[in-house]
Amino acid sequence: MAKKLKEVDVVLVGLGWTGGILAKELTEAGMQVVALERGGMRSTENDYSVPHVRDELRFVHRHDLMQNTQRDTLTVRNNVSQEAQPMRRLGSFLPGEVVGGSGVHWSGHTWRWTDQEFKIRSLYEERYGKKFIPDDMTIQDWGITYAELEPYYEKFEYTAAVSGKAGNLRGQLQAGGNPFEAPRQRDYALPPLTPILASQVFSEAAKNNGYHPFPRPSANASRAYTNPDGSHFGACQYCGYCQRFGCEANAKGSPHMTVIPIAMKNPNFELRTHAWVTRVLKDSTGKRVTGVLYTNTLTGEEVEQPARMVALTAYAINNVHLMLLSGIGRPYDPVSQQGVVGKNYCYQTGASATLFFEGRHFNPFMNAGGSNATIDDFNSTNWEFDRAKAGFIGGYNVGGGFNTALPIGYRPVPRGTPSWGKAWKSATAKWYQTAMNISASGAVMSNRYNYYDLDPTYRNAFGLPLMRMTFDYKENEHKMGRHAAQVINDIAKSMNPTSFNPAIARTEPWTVVPYQSTHNTGGTIMGTNPGNSVLNKYLQSWDCHNLFVVGANVFAHNNSYNPTGPVGALAYWTADAIKNQYMKNPGPLVSA
Amino acid sequence: MKKDGFDRRAFLKSAVAGGAAAATVSVPQSVQAQPTAATAAATAQGYAFLNPEEGAFVEALVDHMVPADELTPKGTDLGLNIFIDRSLAGGWGKGDRLYMQGPWKTGVPSQGYQLPLTPAELYRNGIAAANVHCVKTYKKTFDKVTAAEREEFLLALQAGKVTFENGPPSRTFFTTVYQTVMEGMFADPMYGGNRNKAGWKLIGFPGVIAVNYQNIEKYRDKPFPVNPVGIADMS
Repeated sequence: MAKKLKEVDVVLVGLGWTGGILAKELTEAGMQVVALERGGMRSTENDYSVPHVRDELRFVHRHDLMQNTQRDTLTVRNNVSQEAQPMRRLGSFLPGEVVGGSGVHWSGHTWRWTDQEFKIRSLYEERYGKKFIPDDMTIQDWGITYAELEPYYEKFEYTAAVSGKAGNLRGQLQAGGNPFEAPRQRDYALPPLTPILASQVFSEAAKNNGYHPFPRPSANASRAYTNPDGSHFGACQYCGYCQRFGCEANAKGSPHMTVIPIAMKNPNFELRTHAWVTRVLKDSTGKRVTGVLYTNTLTGEEVEQPARMVALTAYAINNVHLMLLSGIGRPYDPVSQQGVVGKNYCYQTGASATLFFEGRHFNPFMNAGGSNATIDDFNSTNWEFDRAKAGFIGGYNVGGGFNTALPIGYRPVPRGTPSWGKAWKSATAKWYQTAMNISASGAVMSNRYNYYDLDPTYRNAFGLPLMRMTFDYKENEHKMGRHAAQVINDIAKSMNPTSFNPAIARTEPWTVVPYQSTHNTGGTIMGTNPGNSVLNKYLQSWDCHNLFVVGANVFAHNNSYNPTGPVGALAYWTADAIKNQYMKNPGPLVSA
Repeated sequence: MKKDGFDRRAFLKSAVAGGAAAATVSVPQSVQAQPTAATAAATAQGYAFLNPEEGAFVEALVDHMVPADELTPKGTDLGLNIFIDRSLAGGWGKGDRLYMQGPWKTGVPSQGYQLPLTPAELYRNGIAAANVHCVKTYKKTFDKVTAAEREEFLLALQAGKVTFENGPPSRTFFTTVYQTVMEGMFADPMYGGNRNKAGWKLIGFPGVIAVNYQNIEKYRDKPFPVNPVGIADMS
């Protein structure tokens, strides 16, 4: 029998960016909030300080800050005819599992997703006709607009110390910024990072090819900064240890040094670490949640925490898992296309080339998380780019530069170099300094057959079914990959490198190894009605009005951009909806 | 800059404006390349996991993959065998963070690692099977065959052309072996490999400390004077 605690106003499940933002905002509004985090406490002073944080083996290859698959993982398969097998160790994506979550080990790339995503089906049908969208492509409008989200993007950018260059200020194009971005009211919080050589030479080449390069907006403080909440940032040191690491300089915008410590100073807030939530509890009507059940992983004790409101704020995959485990909302079935929970799982695709320039010194160990120059000429944001000709929906961005090019993982050599021996060694020594990358990140459109459900066979350490992920790339992604590889290779050739390993569009099925991207989206999507989505535009459950689910799991499809910009903005948007509407009159914020 | 690539005072001044008091980190006595007590302890000889047959296999392997030349000493002189032994004896080798519940199915390649073996078990059974194969093919165990035979065998292993009888899949074994050799070559020296930071010196990687706020401009397209620093040097 679980120990039953006293009811609180709000329980947050997971304490990263979304949980941290809700914790700060709701406690400041006077609500009593308990956050349950499955991982342990981590601080910059103790855990991300020099020298021990500068350990590639521990943090990149042994996954120190990540979810431990021994205790909980997923099963994976490419299609419904395969038998799913457990992802026995992490690979393709890396969910975080500490206070701060993936907001600790991200690179900081912070983008504004626009109406090109939020109104995707309407826009494509209008311009290209209904038949342009394949039957099995389940893209749909999100039910929200860029105009609604704009102030919240700004709030997140200023909280997280995003450095960048505006491309469109209130409708006026700005030289040096992204000309395809949607209008913004204010420039970024900080000026762009100092470009590295690789991003400079990429920018020049991109310009010569008629494209529009701009510095990638990133939550890497380009100078010391104090955010509007009073959180202090050091200046980015271009240390080269960004992605997978906590930042010793507090230069990378992270929840553990911004919103979380503010919430923790508030007497309305309580954090319980090592608290693994196994179920969201419902009342007998099934129309309200009553709290959560969790296991204290330090003692094994099972605890019930009653709450007037629950918000799922864990990693995107784990939010969906908890919804399925709790039986909230109807699970999605790809055959009948009935049900919604698990629907529209999406990922990302890409292509990349390595260029070698004999005699150049790229110093690949000097970079910030966002030391890339980027072009959006073929991205969803550029509506002028003719999709009828290209034959695919959505788009990709192309970047040149480095991010966390550490030597166990990054030792570029021309294709055909032996893998060991003297020839390997001399090539490794010769080319390390002289290489740079050009990479594309591409969108993945939702598809009828890409989805999550519960695995019928495998269980986690709590005896609960693992989540099953069914995913593969479809023709839209393959066409996009071929287009991207061509563009990359044309830019690369125009730079006259000594040699280059060309970008090759992927043809193989999606695989759990190697690492690709921690941008898993969908599963509990937001939408316009309960028939097509799990959540309304305020990320409130259509089934249980006192349940909110926040994270990239609400995206109805995936873009080429990193997801944290809209994840952070939507967390602020939801917090405002709870504070200004829901608290006054608890009930559905959108009538079904 | 007091020393090439490293100035802790400048680092603290510029980096810790955010209040991340790095006071828990002591100022290093020396950031030069001499091994400190910590590195010496980590690289002590003797195996915690490998038995004599396995030790001979690993030593022959790392000396073949990383031969001595004008660029670096050979693999055993870099401690790669020690790195591998310590990795297999420790949490990673014992399957820490590996989901180890059945049922066990081969699956398809896109589903990744599906063996019911920890890395240490994979290594142990893979070495035994590799030696059986080498004895059958070359009349000697892997550590005793000629360099040309060793090269031939490793290339076949890498290409998936070797079938182990009653052993783990040879390609999976090779993937793990190769990964650990490269980790030993380029991981921080406190783990026993990359002795004297020879792997880092090979490519010009500076190691632990990287305060590059000014260096981005200063060393743009210029060689960076690298004198690598490891975790032990700063602890």
